[in-house]
Amino acid sequence: MTPRVDPQEPGQDTALEDEAEAWQEECERSVPAEPRRFNRSGIEIKPLYSPLDWNASTYADDLGFPGQFPYTRGVHPSMHRGRPWTPRMVVGLGTPEDYNDRMRTLYETGLTGLFVSPCNSHLRGYDADEVHRELLGTCGTLICTTDDMARCVDGLKIEQESVSIGDTAPYTLSAMFLVVAERRGLSIGDLAGTTNQSDYLSHYAALQMFFRLALPGQRRVLLDHIDWMNNHVPRWNPLSVVAQHMEEAGATPAQAVGFTLSSAIQYAQDLIERGRDPDQFLPRFSFFMSCSMSFFEEIAKFRAARRVWAHIVKDRFGTTDPRSSRLRFHAQTSGADLTREQPLNNIARVTVQAMAGIFGGLQSLHTDSYDEAISTPTPSTVRISVATQNILRHEAHLDDVIDPLAGSFYVESLTNQMADEILHWVEEIDSRGGMYEAVRTGYVQGIIGASAMDHQLKVDSGEQTIVGVNDGLPEPSDGRPPPEISRPDPASIDNYLEQLSAFRSDRDHGAVQRSLDELGHAFDTPDENTYGKVVDAIRAGATHGEVCARVRDVVGFGQPYVSV
Amino acid sequence: MATSNTPRQGPLMSSSVTATHPPRVVITKIGFDGHDRGSRIVARYLRDAGMEVIYTGPWQTIEGLVGLAVQEDVDLIGISSLAADHLIVPKLMDALREAGLGHVPVLLGGVIPAQEVAMMQEAGVAAIFHPGATREDIVSTIEGLLSNEMAGP
Repeated sequence: MTPRVDPQEPGQDTALEDEAEAWQEECERSVPAEPRRFNRSGIEIKPLYSPLDWNASTYADDLGFPGQFPYTRGVHPSMHRGRPWTPRMVVGLGTPEDYNDRMRTLYETGLTGLFVSPCNSHLRGYDADEVHRELLGTCGTLICTTDDMARCVDGLKIEQESVSIGDTAPYTLSAMFLVVAERRGLSIGDLAGTTNQSDYLSHYAALQMFFRLALPGQRRVLLDHIDWMNNHVPRWNPLSVVAQHMEEAGATPAQAVGFTLSSAIQYAQDLIERGRDPDQFLPRFSFFMSCSMSFFEEIAKFRAARRVWAHIVKDRFGTTDPRSSRLRFHAQTSGADLTREQPLNNIARVTVQAMAGIFGGLQSLHTDSYDEAISTPTPSTVRISVATQNILRHEAHLDDVIDPLAGSFYVESLTNQMADEILHWVEEIDSRGGMYEAVRTGYVQGIIGASAMDHQLKVDSGEQTIVGVNDGLPEPSDGRPPPEISRPDPASIDNYLEQLSAFRSDRDHGAVQRSLDELGHAFDTPDENTYGKVVDAIRAGATHGEVCARVRDVVGFGQPYVSV
Repeated sequence: MATSNTPRQGPLMSSSVTATHPPRVVITKIGFDGHDRGSRIVARYLRDAGMEVIYTGPWQTIEGLVGLAVQEDVDLIGISSLAADHLIVPKLMDALREAGLGHVPVLLGGVIPAQEVAMMQEAGVAAIFHPGATREDIVSTIEGLLSNEMAGP
């Protein structure tokens, strides 16, 4: 990336500088001295910004128009005017039938996107009948078989919606989804969707949430998935690069984006090493970001992320297709910023976070429910969080003007500073041999842990006020009972386990075994695409747990790098 | 459970135990969830307060944790739960009692819905820390429990 020229060199406009100095003196006389202020990424925030910090002469190079390089103002020419953001809620609890009910209810509230989030037992790589039943369906939906996936999307038009699947290596959920589509007589080549949790580096770095294979095996499994999906389901995004895990785990906004762009660079380099054309795979990269309470910092972060990524793609990968350098992203409001105390206050927090994402030019949005710090959200609280998005769009008209904060001295100056900070972290990872090495050696985990601690110390010391937590005000006793919680009905879990047992006994066992053996053997042949074998095994009736076990046997299980 | 994770040993674990050893505390997550931000911060708090902290990382099994508690002669166990993993804490308490570790206080921190607090207390959990708990709350409660335990029979 070419170094940016300072918009206003000192001495360019001495009259303006004199006036600014006079203002500053007056300002300092009228307010008591206060500590300097910094945003979460460590950038000092001044009380005022002016043309001395940013002026419009840099417009063409640094901003451009929406849909134009470097995409600071948005990836599409019409942005939310022509393509309103998609409210895409993470939904997952109970049985496939529970999930289907919840989705149908949410569609009535105006939701359009489909997001499948499986049970934690699934994320750890197991079938429901091999784990503690107390935990089944408490966080995420039970999906072990293609029949489960069929029940999840029963009656939902999967060919019209772009679906987002919270799917981790070896990506059995996407395979089940494809097989369900085949059963409906659809051509899988027409489907659109995203493998939402395919970015294994983010899991290793920040969220020890997902089934994980030993790193080298994990690397191949992802690259095979990307290759196979690019060839067979061209409208599918097989890679969603996730900053959200890192920011939620404590990374500053600039660190989270810097590390995430480094992950994307790593994946691109890995694919190029396989002989793939960046203009074929880069247009299908998508990103998953967090929106914290640091309102202007988040807006600047999103704008800067697009600009930095566009320059990286252009400079490092020599692409010619403009779609390759567009950073498209889904955002989720930060749960780490929500409080258990006075939970209704979280509705206000989520609103501010969502506004940051919308002003930042997101493509789809998950708004957290206010009971996020209390339990898995209930139907009534999810309704409010969807309504929040509808209010921002239809009542506050936040979709009227594209990138409406552009040209603000503050927002543009901060966007420049965030871009520098993001680039700093990208270069830091470059110097450590890329993101794979930086994660393997625990460097990234250490930085994120230190930032989490820094933030917590600010909360502990009262430097960062959290309303209702450390603001020194007495807790209002409003007499409300604690919010209700969602737990699956034990009878429906029993029923689910019976369905699973019936599924196991009704299969062609020989075909399942053969497909699993072929999957295992595929790993012995470097040129074989192992993901095609995952799809075959799922089509033959293998369960999620069986596929995971076979892959784990072959490539090994990976432990996260844990440090305190 | 099908998994047989070996609990990881934290870098701070010492191999020698003396009568006057600093309090030895395990901070861990059992079950499936991997959100570990809170547990790592609490581990730091306790370490900074002079305790010897064995930090296991997430996804520990009940069997593995009981084994660790026996081998390392731990004084207290802290469980972090964000996504409902506390629902198997009653099973853990049974397993600890069976292994003769009924005297080791077990604390719980994280997202524990009010409706499930009584169930945890009945199972024998000594204290529960919700989001927003302060460093002082956590450290002083643990120090209190440890001084009772160490002065005990």
